[in-house]
Amino acid sequence: MVSHILTQKLDEEKVFKDPVHRYVHVYDKLIWDLINTSEFQRLRRIRQLGTSYVTFHGAEHSRFNHSLGVYEVMRRILEKFMTRPAWQEAMPGWSEEDRMLCLCAALLHDVGHGPFSHSFEKVFNTDHEEWTGKILLGETEINQVLKQVSDDFPHKVNEVIAKTYENKLVVSLISSQIDADRMDYLLRDAYYTGVNYGNFDLERILRVMRPHEEYAVIKYSGMHAVEDYIMSRYQMYWQVYFHPVTRSAEVILRKIFKRVKDLYDEGYDFNCQPHLLKGFLEEKMDLKDYLRLDESTILYYFQMWVEEGDSILADLCDRFINRRLFKYVEFNPSIHMRLYSELEQLFRQAGVNPDYYLEFESSSDLPYDYYRPGEEGERLPIHLLMPGGELRELSRASHIVQAVSGKAQTDHKIYFAQDLLEEREQAGCRDVVAKIRQALRDAEKSGAR
Amino acid sequence: MLKEHAKLMCLLQQAGEISGRKKLQKIVYISKKFKFDFGERFNFHFYGPYSEELSLKMEELHNLGFISEDKEHKSGYTQYTYRLSEKGEEFLRLYPTEIKGLEPFVRRLNQESSRFLELVSTLLYFDHLPQEELISKVQKVKSKQKYTDEEVHKALKFIDELRALCHV
Repeated sequence: MVSHILTQKLDEEKVFKDPVHRYVHVYDKLIWDLINTSEFQRLRRIRQLGTSYVTFHGAEHSRFNHSLGVYEVMRRILEKFMTRPAWQEAMPGWSEEDRMLCLCAALLHDVGHGPFSHSFEKVFNTDHEEWTGKILLGETEINQVLKQVSDDFPHKVNEVIAKTYENKLVVSLISSQIDADRMDYLLRDAYYTGVNYGNFDLERILRVMRPHEEYAVIKYSGMHAVEDYIMSRYQMYWQVYFHPVTRSAEVILRKIFKRVKDLYDEGYDFNCQPHLLKGFLEEKMDLKDYLRLDESTILYYFQMWVEEGDSILADLCDRFINRRLFKYVEFNPSIHMRLYSELEQLFRQAGVNPDYYLEFESSSDLPYDYYRPGEEGERLPIHLLMPGGELRELSRASHIVQAVSGKAQTDHKIYFAQDLLEEREQAGCRDVVAKIRQALRDAEKSGAR
Repeated sequence: MLKEHAKLMCLLQQAGEISGRKKLQKIVYISKKFKFDFGERFNFHFYGPYSEELSLKMEELHNLGFISEDKEHKSGYTQYTYRLSEKGEEFLRLYPTEIKGLEPFVRRLNQESSRFLELVSTLLYFDHLPQEELISKVQKVKSKQKYTDEEVHKALKFIDELRALCHV
């Protein structure tokens, strides 16, 4: 029997004005109730692009509006998939529950993100996906709303987000090489950063998507729209997500979290105690405390710590707040294998602590998942539905996609506090700073592309 | 420098060689599950636990010349065999990396097929479920692989063997 909440509509359609999709339409009461939970509203206080705002000043958009956007893309996909009688064969047994599972998963897929997730998670060894599960299944308003459908409905939504749900078509719509999440974030991030690279024809892609057994495929005539989408992704990763200035801010964030952790472990007496981080610092964070963390609370601490007694923590926080970022040079680790140990030693000789003021960073530390064909069993490729009904893997049909497939470009960078080196130079450490500069110049020659 | 990459080089050094990207993925996942110190995050993909970070790091290591990746074309797909290169050996000499107890564990895993390790890793992915539910879940998410009851029981026994190997 279908729970009545699955089909319960709002008396009046709700719409959100949205700069990317123009309008986000909400008809279902369940979706409206989820949006109004405190855990979902918290996403307004977490930026979608973390530190990208230091590079692209418009990138202030939140995970709240991205989540609404993913929901809207999913709503439109389902509107097509579930109303074309000819496509029903490819979706045997699909019910209202499947439709609602897709919508809830789309809306809630990022609900576990915390403040500055990428940097935070690395230092505190936590995972936003695990927190998503805890929010869906724990004592939360979201769990209460989902349970109105049935006791196991929160579990099913969690399985869709975790990609372990049995109906693979449902999973693929929220998580695959061409899914509702990616289609929204590319357009949205391009819009808010003010770049053109991320644009592609969403309308066209939605028109040519077809359900096909366990995943969605693209009608052959839509290949060029998908090429555009793949190239947009490629460009956005290199021009926006991996921007070296953004990464410099991320390095400083990580160093702040590391310093706080190191000081806490040493028993340092903070003037401004990191009460809200205590759970992470003691490795026993509970859900209630996790949900109190957002970017405003983290930035409050940074503001307070600018005047902290520990000079390293105060300096790092000042750098982040006032955008005094680390400089960087590219290098090739295969040519300069000894560079790390040499520089570390030279920094110590110069009296600059390399644990906090020197970082070797490679882009593999960041999300990077453009399409790449490999042996069977790796990732689900994008398939084109050919005129005869057979499927053809995208990179075999498209020369453009083939050109960017399977080629991981990497860049390795050294981030360092140049101003501190200059200070040390002024203070008389001329020889050692000269050696550091020479080593960095040599490194940069090897890294130039 | 490249600390997480160095752990993967260490794994290859101890394994000798690993044939197949899928097999490599499952070996790292199973090792991580048994508390060996690998940082890559795994999600459940269509073919079981999979880490994009791991794929990327392997590609980077190959581009840097630290590992060799030999391609062999089989019927309908390409299989990759990974080995540590001389340059990779040199890197590990400069930045010694040790993962205690990993060698016998990885060598044991490497003796099995990627199909079998896919089953083992999927069973481990859902190991929070009670056994009956676990088997039913794995049969559902792996319905295309058509694992027999015998294979599932062999895999569960194999997991016990691994536990004994790690004294977990």
